[in-house]
Formats: sequence, C-alpha cells, structure tokens
Amino acid sequence: MPSRLLLLAIGLLPVGNLLAAQADHVTATEAWIRLLPARLPASGYVTLHNTGSSAATLVSAHSATYGSVMLHQSSMGSGGMSSMNAVAQLVIAPQGKVTLAPAGYHLMLEQVSRALTPGDSVDITLDFADGSHLPVHFLVRPANATDPQ
Amino acid sequence: MKLPRFAHLTTLLLLFAVGLLLSACHQDEPQPWQLTNISGHMPDLSFRLTNDEGKTVTADDYRGKVTLLYFGYTHCPDVCPLTMAQLHVVMQRLGKLADGASILFVSVDPNRDTPAVLHEYVKAFDPHAVGLTGSPADIEALTKRYRAAFTREAGKSDGSYDVSHSSGIYVFDGNGKARLLATPEDAQDKLVHDLHLLLGPGSAP
Ligand SMILES: [Cu+2]
Repeated sequence: MPSRLLLLAIGLLPVGNLLAAQADHVTATEAWIRLLPARLPASGYVTLHNTGSSAATLVSAHSATYGSVMLHQSSMGSGGMSSMNAVAQLVIAPQGKVTLAPAGYHLMLEQVSRALTPGDSVDITLDFADGSHLPVHFLVRPANATDPQ
Repeated sequence: MKLPRFAHLTTLLLLFAVGLLLSACHQDEPQPWQLTNISGHMPDLSFRLTNDEGKTVTADDYRGKVTLLYFGYTHCPDVCPLTMAQLHVVMQRLGKLADGASILFVSVDPNRDTPAVLHEYVKAFDPHAVGLTGSPADIEALTKRYRAAFTREAGKSDGSYDVSHSSGIYVFDGNGKARLLATPEDAQDKLVHDLHLLLGPGSAP
C-alpha cells in the first residue's frame, strides 16, 4: 500500500506543483517555417500562449535540423529602413501571448542539415529561463506563403 | 499710373498664378492613386546590371512593362521574403494583367547574391520576378538615385552579416517614368488598385 500511495503522489506531482516549469504552461500554435531555396537562412514563426499564473521567459531555441537558431526581431527604423536585431529574451506575461510573425519577432534558422520541402515538419525546442523546454513541430511552407495556414 | 502696362501684366500674372493654385486645389478629377504619387519627384528608371540569368540588362529592356523596384538581399529571412510573398499575391490578384508587370529585386548584397542564388530566390516567389545584381558601385548608384539607403551591419562570428535596407517599392510605368511609392504600411489593396490603373486597358503604356 505505501508504494502505491507513493506512485499516486508522484503521479499528482505536476498538477499540484505550484512552481511548475515555465514550459509546462506555454502552448504553441501556428508554428511554421518559411522555406527559402539554396540553403538560405529561413524564419520560424509561432504563437505562444502562457496559460499559467506566472511569466514565462523564452531565452533561446535549438533544433537538430538547424545548426543555428536565433531569436530575432525585425524593425522599421527612420526613413523606412528595415533591420534585424538579436533578442536576448522574450517574456510572455501570465495569461498573455507573444506572436512570432513576419516583420516582427522570428526564429532565424541557419545551417540547415537536411533537404526540406514544403509539407515537412521540423522539430524546434524552445528553451525557457528556468531551464525547462518546449518541443514544437513547425510546418514547412513554401517561400511565397502568406495566408495564415 | 506711370506704368500701366506693367501693372496690368503683374495683375494678369497674379490672376494666372491664383488660377493655377485654385485649379490645383479643386481638381475636376479626384486623384486616382491610392499609393504615394511620385510622378515628377523621382528620376526615370535607369540602370545597367546583371540579371539572374547572368545577362547584362538595362532599364530599356523593361520598357513596355510596369516595373516594381525593390531593394533587398537573399540572406534576409524575414522582411524581404514577406515583401516578395506579398508581391506574389498582388500578381495573382492581377490575373492576366500581371504579365505586363515585372518585379525587379535588386540585391544590396552583391558579394553574396550571385545570379545563380538570385535566380533560385526570385523563382521561389513569382514568375514575374527578376533578380538583379551588379558591382557594389552600380548598386549604390541605383539606391542613391531613388534615395534608398542600405547599410551592411557588423559581421557575426561565423562570417555572416545582415544588411539594413530601405523597404519601399517604387513603381514605374512602361515608359520608365517613376509613378508610385508603396511602403510596407500601405495595404496590399492599394497596390492592386493602382496597378490595375497602370496596367489596365486605356492606360498610357
Ligand atoms: Cu533575423
């Protein structure tokens, strides 16, 4: 009986844990990659919802498919100058959402390790500040994709 | 009363000037363009560059086509592909009329953007798109001609680098005259509307 109780307690642990890992209360939707030809750097986009009661902070991402995954932001400066900058972290407020979408936040994907075609799925793992991880499937879409999938 | 002729002339000129001003304020026809009208404010299309098939081309090769000039680079993973994808949708919405238009993607990164890379790049977006590259001096001259700017940012450890660049799309008519400027803030509908006017039957070539 004690061992069964222990199993039960372990089974309940994630639910009862008030300090749940950040990745546990983030859900990812609309994850996609704009595929570019000639092994050019590509962009990954995703919408992140924080369903928890504490902030989740995205600090990096990694993937077996890409040698380099970086959190970037495109911005429009004075005179219509478009530029890109690295982003150290992205805070998703409790019950809030952050959208990585064209012309804004994006995952810059470089050094692709295999040939991709539209329709493929690529796994990218999002890393949070507390060391927790959220694996996400990204749908590969053609270069000229625009409509929401 | 010593100079009645001059007085008359001055009055006439003044009336003429006022008349011009009034006619400018009260145009009979409403301004048909939804994008920024740059007619007379930007020089005609003129360049000598290498296209994505490795051939030397000049602006004259695109006479008879409405051209959409955009400065970008292929290692730009976010904004340039978004613009090109949006231009692809615009071309699709124009249907058959799109055959009268060319999208000129001019590389502001000629060191990396060879004709071969540009070819794969533009064809991934739209059959009406042409990639153009050239010597850094020729590219810079063209960007200066249209007051577009670009800056190569500091390199990263792996030798790669980003380029900040102007994001406007310059529209020229079939005679190479600068007509319209579309910015990223402009809705796609405006570009479709104005290209319909420039490409449609009855429009000046
Ligand atoms: Cu980027």
